[in-house]
Parts: sequence; C-alpha cells; structure tokens
Amino acid sequence: MLDWPIRIVRRDRPLARMRYLSPLMAIVLMMLTGMLIFLALGRDPAEGFYTFFIRPISSLYGFGELLLKATPLMLCGIGLAIGFRANVWNIGAEGQFMLGAAGATGVALTFPNLPAFLLLPLMVVSGALAGMAWGAIPAWLKTRFNANEILVSLMLVYVAGFLVSWLVFSPWRDPMGFGFPQTEMLSSAALLPRILPGTRLNIAIFLAIALVAITWIVLQHTAIGFRLRVTGRSRSAAGYAGFSIQRAVWIGLLCGGGAAGIAGMTEVAGPMGQLTDKIALGYGFAAIIVAFLGRLHPLGVLLASLLMALLFLGGEQVQQHMNLPKSISMVFQGLLLFYLLGADLLVNYRLKWNG
Amino acid sequence: MSNKPSEYRLSTQGLTKHYPGTIACQDIDLTIQPGEIHALLGENGAGKSTLVKMIYGVTAPTRGQIFWEGRPVVLRSPAMARELGIGMVFQDFALFESLRVVENVALALPKREPHRVLAKRIQTVSERYGLPIDPEKPVGSLSVGERQRVEIVRSLLQTPRLLIMDEPTSVLAPQAVERLFETLRQIAAEGCSVLYISHKLHEIRALCDRATVLRQGRVTGTCTPADETAGNLARMMIGQALPVVNRPPSKVADVALAVNTPRISSGDEHEVGLEALSFSVSRGEILGIAGISGNGQGELLRLLSGERLAPSADAIRINGEPVGQYGVAKRRERGMAYIPEDRRGQATVADLPLTDNATLTAINTQPITQYGLMRHAAIQAFTQRCIEIYQVVCSGSQAPARSLSGGNLQKFVVGRELLQMPQLLVCAQPTWGVDVGAAAFIRQKLLDLRSEQTAIVVISEEIEELFEISDRIAVIADGRLSPIRSVADSSYEQVGLWMSGLWDSEGALNA
Repeated sequence: MLDWPIRIVRRDRPLARMRYLSPLMAIVLMMLTGMLIFLALGRDPAEGFYTFFIRPISSLYGFGELLLKATPLMLCGIGLAIGFRANVWNIGAEGQFMLGAAGATGVALTFPNLPAFLLLPLMVVSGALAGMAWGAIPAWLKTRFNANEILVSLMLVYVAGFLVSWLVFSPWRDPMGFGFPQTEMLSSAALLPRILPGTRLNIAIFLAIALVAITWIVLQHTAIGFRLRVTGRSRSAAGYAGFSIQRAVWIGLLCGGGAAGIAGMTEVAGPMGQLTDKIALGYGFAAIIVAFLGRLHPLGVLLASLLMALLFLGGEQVQQHMNLPKSISMVFQGLLLFYLLGADLLVNYRLKWNG
Repeated sequence: MSNKPSEYRLSTQGLTKHYPGTIACQDIDLTIQPGEIHALLGENGAGKSTLVKMIYGVTAPTRGQIFWEGRPVVLRSPAMARELGIGMVFQDFALFESLRVVENVALALPKREPHRVLAKRIQTVSERYGLPIDPEKPVGSLSVGERQRVEIVRSLLQTPRLLIMDEPTSVLAPQAVERLFETLRQIAAEGCSVLYISHKLHEIRALCDRATVLRQGRVTGTCTPADETAGNLARMMIGQALPVVNRPPSKVADVALAVNTPRISSGDEHEVGLEALSFSVSRGEILGIAGISGNGQGELLRLLSGERLAPSADAIRINGEPVGQYGVAKRRERGMAYIPEDRRGQATVADLPLTDNATLTAINTQPITQYGLMRHAAIQAFTQRCIEIYQVVCSGSQAPARSLSGGNLQKFVVGRELLQMPQLLVCAQPTWGVDVGAAAFIRQKLLDLRSEQTAIVVISEEIEELFEISDRIAVIADGRLSPIRSVADSSYEQVGLWMSGLWDSEGALNA
C-alpha cells in the first residue's frame, strides 16, 4: 500500500455537528476560491467579492431581484428535497419546470378573457399538473420496470426542451413577434401582482414560502412524512414495517414535478411574461444544489435558495460592471457543490495524519 | 506478571484497547501453549473479537505487548500475522462466491502456484484432516458448512502454528460440530495451537484444554474447563449464576395461524425455494423451528410476515381470515407482530431516534396518529413504556438506535412488538448475539406472552433455546419443513439429525 501523508478514516459515529457546519464551510471555501479566480483573471479580488456578493443586494431593487430569483429555486428545491429524503433521485426538475411553464402558458393563451382571480389559480394548477405529468413518467418507469429515475428524469429534461421549442416555434408563436421563438405577451390578468414598488417582486414569493411551510409540517408531523423519512434511510426497514417503496417513488417524483411546475408558472406569469425557448435558466439544476445545501430541510432550502439566487445575480453584476462572462456564476455554483460534497465527507470520515 | 514468554506459542501482557468512550480490552494477559486448544470464553461485547483482532494484526492495541514464541512482536497487518504462522477462520466467511474453491484459496496464499498443483494440495490436506471439499466447485454452490471447511483448509495450507477459530459452530449442525472437533483435536495433536472463541459452555467443556474467560473487557479467570461445572464457567462469564426461565404449562386455544402453501420456487440463485407447507399454530403455544441458517428460514419469514405475498389469499390465515395476499401493514392490523433477525438493518433505522423506531411498527396498531398527524405525546409515552418495561439501557427516548448495544436494541425491538399485544408473533433469532442475562429476559417475556394466549412462531438456530421455550418443534432443511413434534417427544439428537434433512427415512422406520 502507498503511504499517503493523510488517510481518510471512518468515524466511529457520524459527527452530527458537521452536517450543519459543512454547508457553511463550503460557502466560505467557495468565496475564497472565487477570490482566487478573480485574482487569476487579473482583477482586484476585493472588488470582485463586492461586485459579486454585496452589490446585487445593496439596493431595494436588488433585494427584490434576490427574492424574485429565489422563488423558483425555493419551489424547485423544496419539491426535490421531498423526493431526496425518500432516496428518490429526481434530477429532472429543469424539464418539469419547462412543462409547468408551458402548461400555465397554455391556460393563459386559451382563456385570455378570464379575470385574474380565476385565471392565476388555474395557471398554478395547470403548471403543477404539467410538471407532475412529466415527473410521473420516470415514476411509472421506475415502479413498473425498475428504470433508473436519475437517467430517465435527466433525459426528459432535453425532451422537455424540444417540446417547448416546438411550441414556441410553431403553434404558439407570436404572429407579431418578428419570428422570434416566443409566445405573445400574456394579458395583464395572467401576470402575478407585484408587491413591492420599485421592484419586480411578485406574490409568488409568498406562494413559495407557504409551500415550504406546508412541506415542513407534512414532513415533520404527518404519517406520510414519517414513512418517507424511513423509506429514505432504510429500504429494508421500510419493507419490514410495510411501507410501500413504490408509493414513496410516486410521492417523491410527483411532489418534485408539481413544485417545479409551479416554479415554471411563476416564471412565465412573473418576470418573463411569456413563454420562450429560454424559459429555464438552470433553476431546476441549481435547485439540486439548493436541496443539498439546505440539508433537505425546509428551512435550509429557504436559506439556500437565497444564496443560490445571489450567485445568479452576482454573475450578472460582474458581467455588467467588471466585464467578465456571466457564466462565472456557474463556476461559483460548481464550486459550491464541489466543496459541499467534499465537506460532507467529514460527517462520516475524518482525516488522519500518518506518522 | 513474571511468566516466561519463551515457553508459550503466543502470550500477551497487559494488552489494552480503548475506543472513544469504551474500553474494549483492559490489561489482558493470555498464554497459549504449543499444541493446546485454548478457549476464549465470554459474552457478546466482552472483548473477545477485539482481542483476537489485535492478535491477528487487524487493529493495533492502545498499549500492551504480544509475544510470539517468546519474541515481542508488533503486528501491523493480517499478512504479517500469517507470515508468523497465525491463521484465522472468521465467523463471516471471506470467500468470493463466483470463484472456484481453488481460486479462492490461491487468492489468500502469498506465493503463486499452478492451480493444478494447488488443487492437489487442497485435496491432500482435506483428506488428511477429514474435511472433504472439491477444489473445482464454485464456492457459491457450497453449503455453509462446506464453506467453513474451505476456510479451514485455506488456513491449514499455510501450516499455521496458531489457528484462531471465531465462533465456528454457529453455522453447523450438531453432527458437523462433532466432526469439526475431531479435526481440531488432530490439528492440535500435530502441534498447532488452537484459539477457540465461543460463548457455548458445553462445547468448551467438551473440546478445550484450557480456557481464558473475559467479562467486560477484562480477564475474570483462567481454568481447565473439563474440571469446572457449567455453572462455574457461567459465573465467570456473566458474573452470576445462569438465569432460569419459568415455563408454565400451556393452555392451547383456537388456531391463530394456518399455513397451507404449495411449493414456491426461488426467485433467484440467492434464495431457497420453499416446499409445500402445511401447519398451524394455536393461541397459547410456541412453535419452534430449528435449522441451520440459509435453509429457507429467511424465505419462510418473508412469507409469514407479508414482505412476500403468498400465491393465494387463503394460503395463510390469521384467526381464520385469509391474508395471503395482504402485505405487512394489513397483517399487522390483524394482530400480527414480527421480530426479524436483523435488528440493526431491518427492525430499526440506525440514524433515527427511538421514538421514530417505536413508531415504525406501532403506527399500525397504536393510537399514535390522528387524521394523518403524528401524536408526539403518545409516541413519547409508548417509547418510554417500552424503555422502562424492557429495561432498555439508553440515554433516553431521543437516543438514535445506533447508540444502543446489540442486546439493548434487541430488548427494545422485542418490547416494541410485544407491547402491541399481538395475537400472533413471528420471530427470528430472538436472542442472537444477546448476552445471557438479556437472553433469559427475552425468553421469559415470550413465555409470558404465550400465557396471554398469543400464538408464537420462533425460528432459531439455537436448539437449546427452542427446547427451553417451545411447545412443539419442527426443523427446516433445504426449504422443507419436517413433521412437527411435541417437544416432550423429541430430543436434541433427533432434531440435530433432522437438521440435515433426514426425517423421511426415520419416518419410514417408525411406520
């Protein structure tokens, strides 16, 4: 055997404290590495840090944008957390998001004359159902043929992308839109009311917070939540107690799909105001990081969605003010996940110096 | 201690191993003479495994010294131990099922040699020691007893001067145990020392020259087992006399469980097919099912518990109601409780607190949910009751299941199931790996439940246990269930014989 200076040794018992420290460690390490990246790009790291993390939220407008971006992340993240808790690995929230956006748009285009108090709830429901339908495909394939839900849900993201492209290129294309792949702007009744003057923030943030709160209650205080918790931790204990694993698969994917679908609705009925082929900006994928960073706990998901929203905004800011590519926010997301996974190793393992 | 290490094959002085929070071994002095069969006797958790791991180079001692033939040695790995001449046969075999016997043996040997030559050597050794095995057979097709022979032969090929056997008889039928003992005596007569680990007093008295007894990580005595009574050995091992369970005469009422299934073939190669079954268990009696592990017990348990559905609804009846097509939850609602063999992985969830682990099955029968909401106060009360009545040593109802010792976790699981006042209890290995005191406690609780007119099925590998608590007894071998006899009309020997599947010929003789 090779003698490395450090060995990774299993802890006698997992370190509970580390479970909650590791997201914080990951955030700090991400920020430090980020500053090194600014340095490597020949920029002042302090300026980079300020532009990326502070500047986006230094105005009321910026604060509104933060919550606006956090809304779809929170919705997708909470849905995924339900499934992840039960070991149901839905990686396809991005596609379920797109389907939800399309479902809500379809209702808005079909009933342009409905009043807002009817139309908006109808759009939420249709968005949720469309997302659930997309989540139901991997659930069915998993329970019927034991097909891996990670692969199926991920592949369906691309199918969903083409489906939305087809919709906005063909049947739903705005005839007055100069040929751009987008629907017409939704009527004002189909747009979510704004709640903070001077910002684009709308009521969807309340919907997201309410859903987080409901999920918390369900997971913590109901028999369903208990069964999901057991199923996620030990399949054989679940089988012994008579909890259906198939049911957990359905619940996980339908909740994930439904919540992502609602997120898609809030995007078309919120900042976008129409369906385009670029409706999904990576919220569905970023929500995977949100769920894990938030330790699959509703309150954690809420906080993590704020942080991830900041990463999205920070990317836009450095593009605007420092002339750096916006994709730098993807780098930060990647760093965060990388460090989180690394730090999570320390929950169950410790480093041991040789010699 | 001023012994002369040079006289001994192996000796230890002040060998100590501390784990965070626990002392596994404290100041162990052990001496093993050449050609001696030396017993290491102690309950689960007494420190036997830790001590052996230190001797075999798996874990490093916190302090203390090991002497090999008089020389102080530091064993850094099992490879080093083997090089010195220490061989070990583990309780859980370390064999690759998809490889042939000869390939498995070759993997463990330090030098490469042609398989043809090695196969010949395996043959020679196995014949010499009465351990018949076919070197060309894939290990996956061997019985547990045969696999143990492969392990022993593998160790013997390296001509060890100390052979460590860790609870070797837990997988063997009584006749096979006698054969193993003969082999071990022959090995010892040729000068190889044997360190024999067990908690079974009668085996040690029959086989071993000397015994070192451990309790709570310390040596509590060294003796010649044949000169001691079982009671004396027990006192050294558990610090008190062997507890006795009180078994009142049974008052049998109507049938609670009736099983009538056709042959059920195995789903895959790792399963044993079950032959047609037909038996019933009445309220107020305990049916014991003996057998060597891997003979269909797991499949029978899954069938009875509902983890696996029966081919038809009326194949299994609880209190007359056909439940064969019902899953676990529905059978539990009808009064069934179930204690599985694997308490850590299956009966509990290691990371979750005891309250959640109590909820796991109590959710089916206890008033701990209302409109789908968990009634935390009721769960807390139920958990607390279980902890108190079943004397579960833990830091409280919020302690995660993983923090409990095996014996305490088993008491918790038994308590959780019994407090639900089942009409039918199915349980597997209720006292496996549990210390003698806790085992007697659990057996008594099962007998108390029987007095309250519960029908109980106990599947166990410990014949003594089954004779202690059962009213009727049967044997499962290779997926077939033997005729059921009243315990009063059977004997250890007969049940032992039946464990190899030989009841047809005997039935013919009796007829």
